[in-house]
Amino acid sequence: MIDYTQKIREIAARLLKEGTVDMVIGFRKGTVPMMNEPCFIRKPEEADRLVWDSHCGINLANYLYDRKEKIGVVAKGCDSRNIVTHIVENKIKREQVHVIGVPCTGMADKRRIGALSEKDGEIREVSEKEGRITVKGDSFTKTFEKKEVLQDNCTTCLHRNPVIHDEMIAEPVEEQTGIDPFEDVKRIEALSPEEKRAYFQGLVADCIRCYACRNACPLCYCPTCFVDESRPQWVGKSIDPTDTMTFHFLRAYHCAGRCTDCGACERACPVGIRVRQFTKKLNKDCVELFDWEAGLTLDERPPLDTYRPQDPNDFIK
Amino acid sequence: MTHIGIEPGRLQFSWISSAEATKFVDVVKDVTDAIRALGPNTHFVKTLPKVA
Ligand code: SF4
Ligand code: SF4
Repeated sequence: MIDYTQKIREIAARLLKEGTVDMVIGFRKGTVPMMNEPCFIRKPEEADRLVWDSHCGINLANYLYDRKEKIGVVAKGCDSRNIVTHIVENKIKREQVHVIGVPCTGMADKRRIGALSEKDGEIREVSEKEGRITVKGDSFTKTFEKKEVLQDNCTTCLHRNPVIHDEMIAEPVEEQTGIDPFEDVKRIEALSPEEKRAYFQGLVADCIRCYACRNACPLCYCPTCFVDESRPQWVGKSIDPTDTMTFHFLRAYHCAGRCTDCGACERACPVGIRVRQFTKKLNKDCVELFDWEAGLTLDERPPLDTYRPQDPNDFIK
Repeated sequence: MTHIGIEPGRLQFSWISSAEATKFVDVVKDVTDAIRALGPNTHFVKTLPKVA
């Protein structure tokens, strides 16, 4: 990981010096442990601020669109798929981005680590070495195998290597095989309507409608989001359970055929709501009905903006 | 929608051309019958406080 940081700094400095890009978007160390923040670098000498470790879970594709300058962006597998989605949706031109590809071995779940060290006190420092993450507090030190504290979406990720890149910072990592990314969705599908309702109502019961999940998602770039409109008002703004549920399933629908399961939404939620349970069902449908996973190719239109004669339509009477 | 707990059958889709009057009538009848059988929708309903 340290070499990743070094490599990213070198590349960023070179790209800026050569004038290949006007700006590089990467990560810098966060003010709190396990929360690295996006960082915009415009001068080669600032490249030393960039870092890379297992706490770079934010999706940097979210910072790319509606910009004029040529941008270098550090991208994990999922980020690169969201960049592809942006290009396909004409939010940015391929020539405008220089993708610095990072082969990814998963991001750490700060919430899981936090829960595992809750009794010990607040985590003040975090470090990482050879697949192990060590956290330190005032009176404790704890080490975890990174594999065991991965973000939920990373445990089922099938595209750890960037799908597009202009240069890679390292050799591709081995992709995970033999996992079923939709096991959790299938479990819900097997429930009765009442149980499903109860499950999802329970899931969003704590939602405070802060919209951090929406803001963290690179797909949510509408100038005015449906939840913010008041004329007409599409969805109630209270935390009435029906309003909250409406927000959640509509948010998911807006991501249908576009969501890369990057996990940025879940990571951003201050109350830990597993919002991906909504989008994952649609991702599964896309795989099953249209043989589609978002952001894998620049050459194909997404299923929701194209018609194919073989599209399933038995649901229309 | 059924995934989050709407009963199957409560949400229906049809494609009816403006020239298909009889199909329109049939579909309306069928949908009405099917929904009657399911009973009134009690889920995903927002109850507003009554203001005098
Ligand atoms: S909905 Fe969540 S998982 Fe899907 S692309 Fe947006 S932030 Fe990523
Ligand atoms: S980030 Fe969490 S609390 Fe905020 S709107 Fe999304 S699900 Fe609700």
